[in-house]
Amino acid sequence: MIRSGLVHIVLFLVYVFVQAMLLKNLVLFNSAFCFLYVVFILSLPFEFSTTLTILVGFLLGFTIDIFYSSIGMHAFATVLMSYLRNHWLSVITPQGGYDTGNTPTIATNGIQWFLVYTIPLVFIHHFVLFFLEASGFDMFWFTMLKIMGSLLFTMIVIIFLQLLVPQRRKI
Amino acid sequence: MERLLKFIYEYRAFFTFLFLELTCIWLIVENNRFQSSTYFNSSNRMAANVLGFSQGVREYFSLRTINRDLAEENAILRTALEQRNQRIFADQVPEIKDPLMKNKFEFIDAKVFSNSTGFYKNYITVDKGKSDGIEPGMAAISSMGVVGKVKSVSDHFAVLISLLHTDEMVSCIVKQKDYFGTAQWDGSDMRFTSLRYIPRHANPSVGDTVLTSGYNSIFPTGVLVGVIHSANLSGEAPFWDIRVELAQDFSKLSFVELVKSNLKNERDSLERVTISEIR
Repeated sequence: MIRSGLVHIVLFLVYVFVQAMLLKNLVLFNSAFCFLYVVFILSLPFEFSTTLTILVGFLLGFTIDIFYSSIGMHAFATVLMSYLRNHWLSVITPQGGYDTGNTPTIATNGIQWFLVYTIPLVFIHHFVLFFLEASGFDMFWFTMLKIMGSLLFTMIVIIFLQLLVPQRRKI
Repeated sequence: MERLLKFIYEYRAFFTFLFLELTCIWLIVENNRFQSSTYFNSSNRMAANVLGFSQGVREYFSLRTINRDLAEENAILRTALEQRNQRIFADQVPEIKDPLMKNKFEFIDAKVFSNSTGFYKNYITVDKGKSDGIEPGMAAISSMGVVGKVKSVSDHFAVLISLLHTDEMVSCIVKQKDYFGTAQWDGSDMRFTSLRYIPRHANPSVGDTVLTSGYNSIFPTGVLVGVIHSANLSGEAPFWDIRVELAQDFSKLSFVELVKSNLKNERDSLERVTISEIR
C-alpha cells in the first residue's frame, strides 16, 4: 500500500514536469494542445474512492494551473472529470467486473474498452477547459475546432504511451 | 443533526465535488480581475525556474536568430542616437532641466521564461520582479513592438498579459491619418489583431502604420503595434473593421523591455481630480 502510494506520488510529479516542460511548448498548428496529465487520473486503480479521486484531481489541476498561469481552469475541468470517472467506470463495467488492484489500461481491458472509457472523459475535460478559457460561446466553432484537435492529439499520445511503456498488471 | 451528518457523509463525494468546483470558480473570477498580485501563477519561484529551464533548452536552438535580431536592433538604435546627436549639435536644442521630464520612461530588460499563443488569454512569464522595480500595470515592449502589460509580480518574476489576450486593450493611433482607436485581439490568429473604434469618416488604407497613442500613460507614445492588413466598412456599421498585422512575432519572443513610467502617478492623479471636478 505504501509502495503503491509512493509510485503514485512519483508518477504525479513526472506527469506535471512532462506537461510543464515539454508538452506546454508542443502546440500543433497553434490550436491542438496535448493535456497528457489527465491520464494520471484516468489510470488510477479501480478501487480508488470518488472522494479521493476528486481530491487528487484538484491537486493535479491546480499544479498544472500554476504553470499555465490560468488559475482554477485546469482544476475545474480535472475535478469534473475525476467526479465523473468512477460513475463512468461503473456504467461500462465489463462482464465479470474489474479485478481489484488493477488499473484501467489497454493491457488489462483491451483497446476497445479503453477507448470507450477515455474518449468521453477526455472530451468533457477539454470541452469544459476550452470554453472556460474562452469565457463564453462567442467563438463556438473555433473553440470546438481547438477541442477536437486537442482531443485527437491527447488521445494519440495516451495510446502511444500505453503501447510503448510495458504495463504492470499490478502495482 | 445526526441525520444531517449522516446525509452529508453518505454524499461526501458529491459535496467534496461541489466544494472544490466552487473554489475553482472563485479562483477563476478572482484571477480575471486585472493586475491582482496573486501568488499561485507562474511568477511562483519554483514554477518559474522549471519554465525557465525548458525555455533555456528551447532557446539554445534559436540563438542564431536571437543574436541577429539583437544586432539589428543595436544598429537601429545607434543610427537613431547618432541622428539625434547631430540634430542637437546643429540646432542647439535647449537641454531639459527637470530630471523627471528627462527620464519620463525607464526601460528594464527581461528574459522571457514562458510564453503561449494558442489560448484566448495568453500570459508571458519573465525573469524580473519586484526586486528589480517591476510593478503591476507597467508596459512591456520589445525591439519589434508592443508586447503587453504586467499583471502580477513576485520577488524575482513577473507575469505579463500578452497583447494576445482577449481582454487586453491598447490605445492606438493610425500614423499617417492621426485617427485613434483601440487594439484588441479577437482570439483567432496570433499574427493579427483588430483595431476598433476608428470612425466611419476616417479613411485608413492598407499599409498604414499603427502606433501606440500614449493616451493611457502606460505605453510611451509611438511604439509600433503593426501595419494595417485589411480595412472593411460594412453597410451601417459606425466603425471600421480593421485587421492589423502585428509587428512582433509572438511565437519568437525571447527578450522584452519593461517600461516604467515615472510620471504615471502624477498624470493619473491630475486626471482623476479633473474627472471628479466635472462630476
